[in-house]
Amino acid sequence: MKKILIAIFAISLVPNVSFAGPKAEVLHWWTSGGEAKALSVLKADFAAKGGVWTDMPVAGGGGDAAMQTLKARIVAGDAPAAAQVKGPAIQEYDDQGVIKPYNIDSVAKAEGWDNLVSKQVAEHMKCNNFTEYCAAPVNIHRIDWFWANKSVLDSNGIKMPTTWKQFNAAADKLQAAGIIPFAHGGQPWQDATVFEAVALGIGGNDFYKKAFIDLNQDALSGSTMIKIFDQMRKLQGYTDAGSPGRDWNVATGMVMDGKAAFQIMGDWAKGEFSAKGLNPGKDYYCSPTPSNNGYLYNVDSFVFYNVKGDDKKEGQKLLASLIMGKNFQKVFNMYKGSIPARLDVSMDDFDDCAKKSNSDLNAASKAGGLMPSYAHGMALKGAQSGAITDVVTEHFNSSMSSKDAAKKLAAAVKASL
Amino acid sequence: MDWLKKNLPKIVVAPSFAVILWFVYGFIAWTFYVSLTKSKLLPNYEFWGIHQYVRLWQMPRWHIAVENLFIFTILFIVLCIFIGVILSIFLDQKIRSEGVIKTIYLYPMALSFIVTGTAWKWILNPTMGIEKFMNQIGFENFQFDWLVTPGMSIYTIVIAGVWQSSGFIMAIFLAGLRSIDDEVIKAAKVDGASTFSIYTKIVLPMMRPVFMSAIVILLHLSIKSYDLVIALTAGGPGISSDMPAVFMTKMAFGRSEVGLASASAIMMFVTVSAIIVPYLYSELRREQDVK
Repeated sequence: MKKILIAIFAISLVPNVSFAGPKAEVLHWWTSGGEAKALSVLKADFAAKGGVWTDMPVAGGGGDAAMQTLKARIVAGDAPAAAQVKGPAIQEYDDQGVIKPYNIDSVAKAEGWDNLVSKQVAEHMKCNNFTEYCAAPVNIHRIDWFWANKSVLDSNGIKMPTTWKQFNAAADKLQAAGIIPFAHGGQPWQDATVFEAVALGIGGNDFYKKAFIDLNQDALSGSTMIKIFDQMRKLQGYTDAGSPGRDWNVATGMVMDGKAAFQIMGDWAKGEFSAKGLNPGKDYYCSPTPSNNGYLYNVDSFVFYNVKGDDKKEGQKLLASLIMGKNFQKVFNMYKGSIPARLDVSMDDFDDCAKKSNSDLNAASKAGGLMPSYAHGMALKGAQSGAITDVVTEHFNSSMSSKDAAKKLAAAVKASL
Repeated sequence: MDWLKKNLPKIVVAPSFAVILWFVYGFIAWTFYVSLTKSKLLPNYEFWGIHQYVRLWQMPRWHIAVENLFIFTILFIVLCIFIGVILSIFLDQKIRSEGVIKTIYLYPMALSFIVTGTAWKWILNPTMGIEKFMNQIGFENFQFDWLVTPGMSIYTIVIAGVWQSSGFIMAIFLAGLRSIDDEVIKAAKVDGASTFSIYTKIVLPMMRPVFMSAIVILLHLSIKSYDLVIALTAGGPGISSDMPAVFMTKMAFGRSEVGLASASAIMMFVTVSAIIVPYLYSELRREQDVK
């Protein structure tokens, strides 16, 4: 009797090795309220199609901890099926050979992704010398937005500035009236965000490309760059003493409360306003920072590593297809504050800021002003963007002269290559 | 059987020894090798010479980090020992509520550096901490914005670090003081020495080994200071309070520069060895001489 019982117990321990459907282990850092809600749309879609989603969230806004975990897994030879990686990092991983053989390319070709997203977005998603799809785009964030408190502006007789000169004049007026003109969080990535918006506006679209994509030494150390640093110095004067170390959402809170007038931040700031029940145009203004049809974009994406096991490969293909699906693209972006990467999604249900973002995207694309954001890892690899950010944040937090800053910038970029 | 008995201690210690040898020294050697390669995103093993070290020393950010490390380490060690010794001497005077006072001074050590850093960040913030408090109670011109001043932010880290660790140093020195034979002190008193000279000329020199342990502990705490810096200033404002440990982590994981980060780690290792090894040697030699 005992033997039979032991035998039954032993058999029940043997795992049920039937094909359980597509599986996907997904590493991401979308753990805060709005982001988690947005991601749950994908989880629901995946489960509805019979997939098993193993969540691997690693909290930490910038993704530092997640990237560490990811690298550890890759070095151990056990990469997750999908991970939240964007920009040139995708191609960097490809150079290490951990994405071949591009499992999702067949899905991408079958669904005709080349026609569903803009050429620039498609380029970011491709590996193997930009020929095969290895990542799926989730959204398009715009970086260069002005967020302003309507009542503060109205009661001081200020309109949303359309040039940097107008902004400076408005800021001087506000400072005289005792209001903090520019709410800023003094963290390196925020300094970099403001810097690239200023650079796009003052330098122009071609200059941005020359300096931050081509890394041309003359552009990085020349007179235009000095003018950009001058404007950064002016912006520093418009911030308050508590700015170093402040988080971005605390700065947004200052604008919402009317303590400060303006903030330069990407469109995820919209989520803060919406969470407080504020409406664009009625309680706050959203408008692009002054530029000539420029648009700094950040495309979040999931990259699909080389995994073993048919169920995992099926999971990747299903996930890729769902990410590019119309339902996910619409609902996710409505929750997250960005706009769909897929071109044929109707914008009717989105709010005014998102609609503006979409129309600006098309206008910028036609005018040649659609630029990848360097501060958010879309234009450059980590080493170069980090070197630029070091100089920008050092200049912003000291009394370094613009000339020295420009020289340092060119030298730092050269040393990091 | 006899052989087993004779060598049992060695056999028992052998596994841990092997583990430490491999995981600590083996991986230090691995890091050294990676620092000689061109590793960017992930480690790769192609030899590249000492280019990473050349690149490292050309980075202004590294220079700032090293300078900060020296400032922090020297001030941290000197202040912690000074405050620790004074507190322990006062506590050694057989006062009444010694146990309670000792516990109070030791409490900060129980906090993690992250908690210390965050709490001091709020205290030192000019818009909500000490400066605001002093302004509110009437000292309108009081300014204490070291935290947000690029040149002074490193000193705020010293303040928070010293607050956390002096209690521990006090406890170590108190234990050392307690182990000194009363007879020596009595003899000195009979010879007419004042309390001050008893302490400076007799007791403290007798506590050399305690000084050594205190310095070693503080040195290692200071080299390791990553969480305190991240919590208190995040390396800022800008990059003015950057430290080698923060630099190393940011380079390795945030910036895909694994080779550069390994080079910085080896530099930290070399710096620590350059101080500890001669000190150890001289202390152990002194013991040999005394023997």
